[in-house]
Formats: sequence, structure tokens, C-alpha cells
Amino acid sequence: MNRTGITILAAFVSSWVLSSAAFAQSRVPADVKLADDQTFTYRVLDELSSLDPQVVEDTIGSELARDLFEGLMNQDELGNLEPGVATKFDVNDDNTVYTFTLRDNALWSNGDQVTAHDFVYGWQRATDPELASPYQWYMELMSIKNAAEIIKGEKPKEELGVKAVDDLTFEVTLTNPIPYFPQMTTHATTFPTHKGVIEKHGDQWTKPENMVSNGAYVLTEHLPNERSVRERNTKYWNNENTVLDKVVALVINDENVALTRFLAGELDRTDVPAGQFPRLQKEYPGVAISYPRLCNYYYTFNLSDSGPEVFKDIRVRQALALAVDRKIITQNVMAGGQPEAYTFTPAAVSGFEPPTTEMAQMSQADRDARAKALLAEAGYGDDNKLSFDMIYNTSDAHKKVAVALSQMWKQKLGAEVNLGNMEWKVFLETRGNQDFQLARGAWCGDYNEASTFLDLLDSESGYNDGKFNNAELDSLLEQAKVSNEPAALYTQIEQIIAAELPVIPIYHYAGVYMIDSDLGNWPVTNVQQNWYSKNLYKIAE
Amino acid sequence: MFAYTIKRLLIAVPTILMLVVACFFLMHAAPGGPFTSERPLPPAVLANIEARYGLDQPLWKQLWDYLTNIVLYFDFGPSFKFKDRDVNDVIAQGFPISLTYGFLSFLVATIVGLSLGIAAAIRHNTWIDYLAVGLGIAAQALPNFVMGPILILVFTLWLGWLPGGGWNGGQWPYLIMPVIALSTSYMGSIARLTRSSMLEVLNSNFIRTARAKGLSDRSIIWRHALKPTLMPVVTYLGPVFVYVLTGSVFVDIYFSTGGLGQAYVGSALSRDYAILLGVTILYGALTVAVSLIIDLAYAWLDPKIRY
Repeated sequence: MNRTGITILAAFVSSWVLSSAAFAQSRVPADVKLADDQTFTYRVLDELSSLDPQVVEDTIGSELARDLFEGLMNQDELGNLEPGVATKFDVNDDNTVYTFTLRDNALWSNGDQVTAHDFVYGWQRATDPELASPYQWYMELMSIKNAAEIIKGEKPKEELGVKAVDDLTFEVTLTNPIPYFPQMTTHATTFPTHKGVIEKHGDQWTKPENMVSNGAYVLTEHLPNERSVRERNTKYWNNENTVLDKVVALVINDENVALTRFLAGELDRTDVPAGQFPRLQKEYPGVAISYPRLCNYYYTFNLSDSGPEVFKDIRVRQALALAVDRKIITQNVMAGGQPEAYTFTPAAVSGFEPPTTEMAQMSQADRDARAKALLAEAGYGDDNKLSFDMIYNTSDAHKKVAVALSQMWKQKLGAEVNLGNMEWKVFLETRGNQDFQLARGAWCGDYNEASTFLDLLDSESGYNDGKFNNAELDSLLEQAKVSNEPAALYTQIEQIIAAELPVIPIYHYAGVYMIDSDLGNWPVTNVQQNWYSKNLYKIAE
Repeated sequence: MFAYTIKRLLIAVPTILMLVVACFFLMHAAPGGPFTSERPLPPAVLANIEARYGLDQPLWKQLWDYLTNIVLYFDFGPSFKFKDRDVNDVIAQGFPISLTYGFLSFLVATIVGLSLGIAAAIRHNTWIDYLAVGLGIAAQALPNFVMGPILILVFTLWLGWLPGGGWNGGQWPYLIMPVIALSTSYMGSIARLTRSSMLEVLNSNFIRTARAKGLSDRSIIWRHALKPTLMPVVTYLGPVFVYVLTGSVFVDIYFSTGGLGQAYVGSALSRDYAILLGVTILYGALTVAVSLIIDLAYAWLDPKIRY
């Protein structure tokens, strides 16, 4: 068994013991007086893509899925594992067979018991080509035996490497050892679904009147593009320690309207529009909050054959990266408490401390001087101006950053930069076809592990739109997957990125929200922002 | 008149068909597809999804299947973005809401606009006239995307009288601000149009004759002047009705009404071809229907018009 496995397992066992104790007295501290009305209302940007856990692909839908359904494992406020339907798991010596023991008091909202067969059904369903879930790839990523073949239609879904040994024992067989496999079972795709209900109602099963779920809440109302309401599931095994009675998600597209409605007392939580955080923090201390998130923001060079020659010169890439004053971007442009980025992986990631690069240690004046020298060395100056195009997807915040970047490069390096913004789908297509020179990129971690970011720069990665191709980086990633000490390898990979600069890291995301002071236990420390309504409560004012 | 109506309805069929075909090809010409995402899907997964939605077929076949499904089963297909819903579902949910806002706004704009216009015309060059004209111009200069933020700021944040958005089963406090925002500028236009039309009618020969015969003011205005006054106004009302329905896009988004506007704009951005086409056909059919009703109304208003 490798080290990460032991760490996670140890964390799991200890959190299981801890949380059993915590459950007895719930998550509400003794000195907190609870409000009479336990309703939590929050703003979502857009309508959710689906309420079917095997199909859902967006953050907003996943938030509902985590409340309505419960998988094998949950995350706690720190992002660590805690028991969900499974109370414990065992793993064989080579990390390829995981056996989960399910609790005997987990019930569906119609009173049926949640069994290992429900997990087998849900997991087979997720890989089924007929359902055509956009998250089929996730089952393949989990390396479950035969998942890839089933998705391609080469094997029937019944041959997936999952088995109900008995009603309360669920066994998974993997093709590769994945030490962080239990972490992956907190994702909605792996939640159980009720076979009888789905077969009875077909694609109408997610309607509030038809849905049967096993989470702490049940869906009671859903008007697409307007609101969804979930209320306490009295059949939930830990219902007595669930505090919030009702959770309402309101779809409000415009973030400024949402802010107004928050200030009018209609919402308990909303997003802070870009650039307004300093003002709101001053006016509403403790309500306007910012905390690190597991996402990065960068610009990627097109290094493919169709990319411009100038970016193939590493000195040019270095000069451009050095001349970016990240302090101005984070403090004056975004102004939401975002950390400056000198590495690809955000520092918020668990189990890995990204290295402090040489660039991070320099002062901005030194960086600018070095940038000018490098560019001159590469043969660019007043008589031969550096000129290129950069693209970003249409958004006020992205525009501000792009304008700031182009001005920095113009003033410090005399570069002529042509800015272009594109509507989202056009942008994705253009970037995906390598029809660009310099393009905005961003990524939020699928799971809390550095490889979720670093994999993007693998020469085989579908997201590597800049077509960076470095054999050493590929091989290090390969080694890290089965390594006892992946952190050391990740450090080496970050050093390659810092030296080669296939991308210019700009900043790492912060979650910038208005959260009403009477909302208790919002998990600001969960960098993936996987939150569960069952852990929240409203405090009497 | 019956034959005329039938003829008009028959012409509507090829009109809408052309709309569908043009819209279908324009949509497919736009870069990116419904399943273009930040994380490119693995080819096997994309193939499964495209097979499920029939996107692996040649374009002409997709169009043919789409049209036959509508004609034979009245089935507008599944939504690509909202995986649990189909287009009929989306329209059945959003259209009644949009229709409620649209119809109420139309009523408010028409009733208030007509009253203001008539009052201004019969009290020509008095303070009533100036007030009505002032209100009309001010209202016309306030499109819904200006009214929306002002209303929310005043009635939700400062006064705390009305909810800042949502539908909530169509309760009346939720209807007020969207209806005001949507109807204001049309109300202004209707008021000004009615005023000038009425002034023109009041100055015409047949009204002078009526006065000479000693008819009372009330009888002149209601029995003789009103009908001809309405002619140009009715011409304008047709498009207004379609505008308040389709133009409710901003109001739907800004006030989060759950109406069709949000789904329509969202479908264009996410390349949800099915919803985009479905709503386009709906709006197209509505436009055709309303313009027919307006044409029939002319015949009632003006005896000189016969079909």
C-alpha cells in the first residue's frame, strides 16, 4: 500500500471516529442559539444541467445532488473524507480492490433500504452508452475494470468491475491502483440511484413528484430558471442531527441584481461582483468574505506548428511572464483576495506544497529588468517590435485582466498586443483548434490532488490546447500516478513549467461571497467548495 | 373574410418552414456545438452522446427527422443542455409565465396609453395635455433595461415593498415590477400615437359636421372620433404584442421570472439547437397569428376595408 493511501486511510479512520462523536452532538456548538426559521436561500448563476446524479455535469447541479443523494463517502468542512452510506472500507495490498461496508440504517425517501445493489445499478448506469452521460469519462478516470470497454460499446455494462457481495458489502475492482479512489466516491456520478423508480418513470424520474433519493433532503419544488426547493428528508439516517429544514436555490443571472436582493434580505448567500470586494468588505465586515479556491487562471502560448514562431523562443515566453505585475492584477484589477500565481498548481491543494519559483522570489523591478534583457537578447526592440494576438472569452473581468496585461507588455517591453474577445463556445472551438497565439485558460480541480492540474500539460491531454510537449514532464506524470512520494515528482514538474513557461500563471481563484452572518458553519476551508446543507445551520439574531 | 383567413393561414405554413430551415442552418453554422466544453469529451463519450441525440446523422437527415417529429408527433425533441427535459417541457413551463407578463404588460400599456392620449387630445393645449405628453415622452425614453434596475433599487432595496424577482407561483407582488418595466416605453408610444391621431381626427370635416349638427362632445368623441383614431394605433398594437412577449427576454433574465426569455438566450449561448428552434417556431407562429388578427381588426374598424 502506498503512502498517500495510508494517509488518506488514516485521515478517514480518524475522521470517522471523530465524526461519530461529533454526530452525537451535531455540528452546532453548544453556545449557539438556533433560529426558529431554518431556511437557507442562496443565489445560483444559472439553471442546473440535470438532477440525475449520473448525468449532472455542472457545479450548481452537483450542489443539489450532494444534498439529495448520498454516496459512499462525504467530505467534511476541510475536504477530508467522512462516512456517507459506507461506514468503512478495506483495500487489498496492491490498491486495486476496494470493499466498502454500508450502514444498515440508510434508507431511500420512500422507505426502501439503500443496498450495495443500488450502487451497482448507479455505477453501471453511469457507464451505459445508452444513457450517454457526459460524465462517463469520470468512471473511466476511476480506472474501474471494464469501464473503458463498456463506454466504447465493446462490453455489456453488467461486466463493470463492481459487485454487491451482499446487501451491505460493495466491492470495486480497478485496473490501476488509485490511492485516492475513496476521495473520488464523493462525486455525484458515483451516487446510488433507485432502479425501481427510474424504470417506472423513465426520463421523468427527476421531477419532484417522482424522485426518490437517499440524501439529507428531498426535492419538493423545481421551476427551471427560477427556483428549486429541497426540504428535510425524514427518512435520512442522520435526520435528527440535520438542522436546516429547507434550502432554496434562486436562479439570478445578473450578479448585481443578486447583490441588491442580498442586501434587501432576500438571500443568505451570493457572489461578490468582480472589483466590488474592497468596498463591500469595508461596509459589511464579516459578511463579505474571500477564501482560496482550487482553481487557476493563466494564459497559454500556442506552441503547436500552427503557433507563431516568436513564442517558440523561450526567452520571449520568459520575458512576457516576468513582465506581468501580478500584484496589480490581484489587488487592483480583481481585488477579491486572489493569491498571485507563479506555479500552475494552486497552493490551496492538499498533500503538495508548490515550490517557490525563482520568479516568485524576485522583486517586480528585477523581473522587469530581466524581461527587457531577455527580449533584447531574443532580437526584439524598438526597430523590431514584438507583436502578437491574445484572445479571451467575453466577460468583464477577463477583459480587465487582458487590458492590464497588454498595457504591461506595451509599457515595459514595447510589445504590440491585439486583444480579441470571443463568445464562450467560439472561444473554446478556436482555442481547441490551435487557431490562436496567446489564449486565456483556467481550471478548477476535479479532486483535491495536484495531478488534476498538472495532467492538463501532459502532451496527450485533451485540454492541452497550447500543445506543450515535454517528454520529461510526461514521464514524471506517469511515475507520479503509482508513486509513494508524488509530491517530490510534482515539484519537479512545477520546476519544468517554471523553466519552460508553456503557460503564464496569473492568479489563483478565490471564493468571494456575501454570506449572511446568521448562516453557521459555511465550509470556507473546503477548497473545492463541496458543501452539504446538512452541515449548515441558521443562528438566531 | 373566411376565405381570406384560410388563405392567410396557408401562407403561414411555408413562412414558418422557411424560418425553421434558415434558423437550423444558421445555428449549425455558428462555431462550437452543444457538447463543446472546456474539457473536451473523450471521443467514445462524444460518440455516445451524438448517437443519443442523432447528431451523428448528416444535416439534411437531422432536419428531416426534426420536421417529421413535429408534424407527426408534435415532438420538438430533447434539450441538449437540460438533460432531464425536452423542448415541449421547457415551453410548457416557461411560455405561460412569459404570456402572463406579456399579456398584463400589453393591457397596461394599451389602457394607460390610450387614456393618456385621448385625455391629451380632447384637452389640447391645457395642462392635462402637457402633463400627458411629458409623461409619454419620459416613458418612451425608459426602455425595460433602464426601468428594471431603477425599480429594484427603489422598491426592493430602499423601500423594501416588493420582492426583487422570481415568479413564486405568480403571486401579484412578483408581477408588479416586471410588468411596469415591460410596459412603460410601449405605453409612452401608444399615448403619443393616440394623441396625434385623435387630434387629426378631431380636425377633420366629418367631426366639424357633427359639431355643426349640435352633437354633444361626449357623443362626438366616443361614437365618431374613437374608431378612426384607433386605426394607426391598432397597426402599432400588433407588433407591440409580439414585442412584449419576445421582448420580455430582458425582464425574464433581470427579474428571474422563469419565463421563456432566459431559456431562449441561454439556448443560443449553449448551442442548445432544440430549444432555440422550438422557441423560434413558437415566436414565429405567434407573429403570424397576431398580424392576421390585426388585419381582421381593420375590417371591423374601417368599413372601407373588405377582404
